[in-house]
Amino acid sequence: MDTYSLLREIADSWVLLAMFLFFLAIAIWAYLPSQARYREDARQIPFRNDTDTRPRTGTQEQGASQKETRDLEGHPNV
Amino acid sequence: MNYVKLILLGLITLIAAMAASWAHDLAYQVHALLIMVIAFAMFIYVLRHTDEPVQEQAVDHIYEDGVIRAGVIATAFWGIAGFLVGTYIAFQLAFPQLNFDWGQPYTNFGRLRPLHTSAVIFAFGGNALIATSLYVVQRTSAARLWGGNLGWFVFWGYQLFIVLAATGYLLGATQSKEYAEPEWYVDIWLTIVWLAYLAVFMGTIFKRREKHIYVANWFFLAFIITVAMLHVVNNLSIPVSIWGSKSVQVFAGVQDAMTQWWYGHNAVGFFLTAGFLGMMYYFVPKQAERPIYSYKLSIIHFWALIFLYIWAGPHHLHYTALPDWASTLGMVFSVVLWMPSWGGMINGLMTLQGAWDKLRTDPILRMFVLSLGFYGMSTFEGPMMSIRAVNSLSHYTDWTIGHVHSGALGWNGMITFACIYFLTPKLWGRKQMYSMSAINWHFWLATLGIVLYAASMWVTGIMEGLMWREVDDQGFLVNSFADTVSAKFPMYVVRGLGGILFLSGALVMVWNMWMTIRGAEPQDATVPARGPAATATPAE
Repeated sequence: MDTYSLLREIADSWVLLAMFLFFLAIAIWAYLPSQARYREDARQIPFRNDTDTRPRTGTQEQGASQKETRDLEGHPNV
Repeated sequence: MNYVKLILLGLITLIAAMAASWAHDLAYQVHALLIMVIAFAMFIYVLRHTDEPVQEQAVDHIYEDGVIRAGVIATAFWGIAGFLVGTYIAFQLAFPQLNFDWGQPYTNFGRLRPLHTSAVIFAFGGNALIATSLYVVQRTSAARLWGGNLGWFVFWGYQLFIVLAATGYLLGATQSKEYAEPEWYVDIWLTIVWLAYLAVFMGTIFKRREKHIYVANWFFLAFIITVAMLHVVNNLSIPVSIWGSKSVQVFAGVQDAMTQWWYGHNAVGFFLTAGFLGMMYYFVPKQAERPIYSYKLSIIHFWALIFLYIWAGPHHLHYTALPDWASTLGMVFSVVLWMPSWGGMINGLMTLQGAWDKLRTDPILRMFVLSLGFYGMSTFEGPMMSIRAVNSLSHYTDWTIGHVHSGALGWNGMITFACIYFLTPKLWGRKQMYSMSAINWHFWLATLGIVLYAASMWVTGIMEGLMWREVDDQGFLVNSFADTVSAKFPMYVVRGLGGILFLSGALVMVWNMWMTIRGAEPQDATVPARGPAATATPAE
């Protein structure tokens, strides 16, 4: 069997199955209830680590939000 | 270290001088001279700073924002350049007299068109991706950019790539592969810069102090790795001479076509989609001040998109020498791809749940929402056009051009503008942009421009497709090609006007950026000082 046909055979059978199972495993993992707190933690990452301690030199009116450093209350992580 | 640098720069200067002298063609000669001048200037600079005491500064407590500031400015600059060329070539199509005789062959449509596509995709989009990805990876990893000055190498190396590519097109150096026109030595340079980019990005992720890798970084990483793979495989070519720009492709015939569109469609899928989705997953929650709607959906979105996109390329080759099974495969995967695309759009839009009122007051958020709307529209239109029967009408017509621009102007353009409006005040220590009403103006100018563009291209594309296939009762074709060209004239003018509106919106943005940045002190935000253990704070 030439290389192309052999690779094609493998790709059409076992590799396809392996990739599908991999995807299925990820999909199940993504919905595992036991992972809920980690998902919630990951979801809040953008709102941490972004502290801006220096005074801002802007000339516009005051009132920019200072919420950036704490976890946000929002709708639940569905 | 400086001695190594001096030897290397000296060698590069020497080789570039030899290349300029022995060059077989103009483009290669100009590029060799350019590299010679740059390498020599760097040589002098390094020489003057050799054996001076090095001042070690502890900078690990602040984010590397300098390179991002440069990236934001470069994005705006190349954006204007790309939109300007695009508008000009739109009018060249309507009024062929604009291919001025005195400018031949450098300014004809055939050379300006790749200049436009590369300028908007790789210069405007690429700079936006590099700047935002390096911003996001630092913020979501709580770590300064890895690699010290490597970030600056990536930035300037990428600008050099853009200049080499753009001047090469004008001077006639092209390998005639769509979206991959640059010749072999420019490809090699981009590979080096891209690997440095990957190293900077991965290095920052490795030293992160957050437990999780935030989903935006997954998208950015997929974009960087896949583009590296696509670029290398599609540009496998053998130079005719190392002293000339011409090269010969390794693949030939239908294999070459398939490789090209495997590259071409994944340039859309990973450059213009996955990378920009990385922006979406960070900046939309930030601007809405709401965490992303569903983290589960974002995981599914990521893996489904990655697994499906890579197969969609063959739909560019319906009714060609490509075997039917391959183009059917491409078609099926394109249609399946509709689902993760809309899943991602829904995830972005639903993030605004409970905060929709902000759309009334926040023009930046409005831009994000519009870009997601166009993302949804293009990712519906695309699968539809990939179906063989629809493609038989749409292929080679302006419908394709309209589809590309509703995605590129609507999705990529609008989300980039919104990110620029988010980043500029933050990076230069301002509370907000100089003028919020100017953002509103930009929003409406750009939206109107896109509507004119897309609508005129739908009309002209479908008309063109129907005219091409029209036969009389004897079975003869009714229209000649020139008939379709003259019938398209009014729509071409409307398309050009749409381009003018979009360009003027971008000019308003540049003015707004200028007024915001002028007189401001650049600010580097601090990396919060705390241990990795403190990061796990589950709220529910």
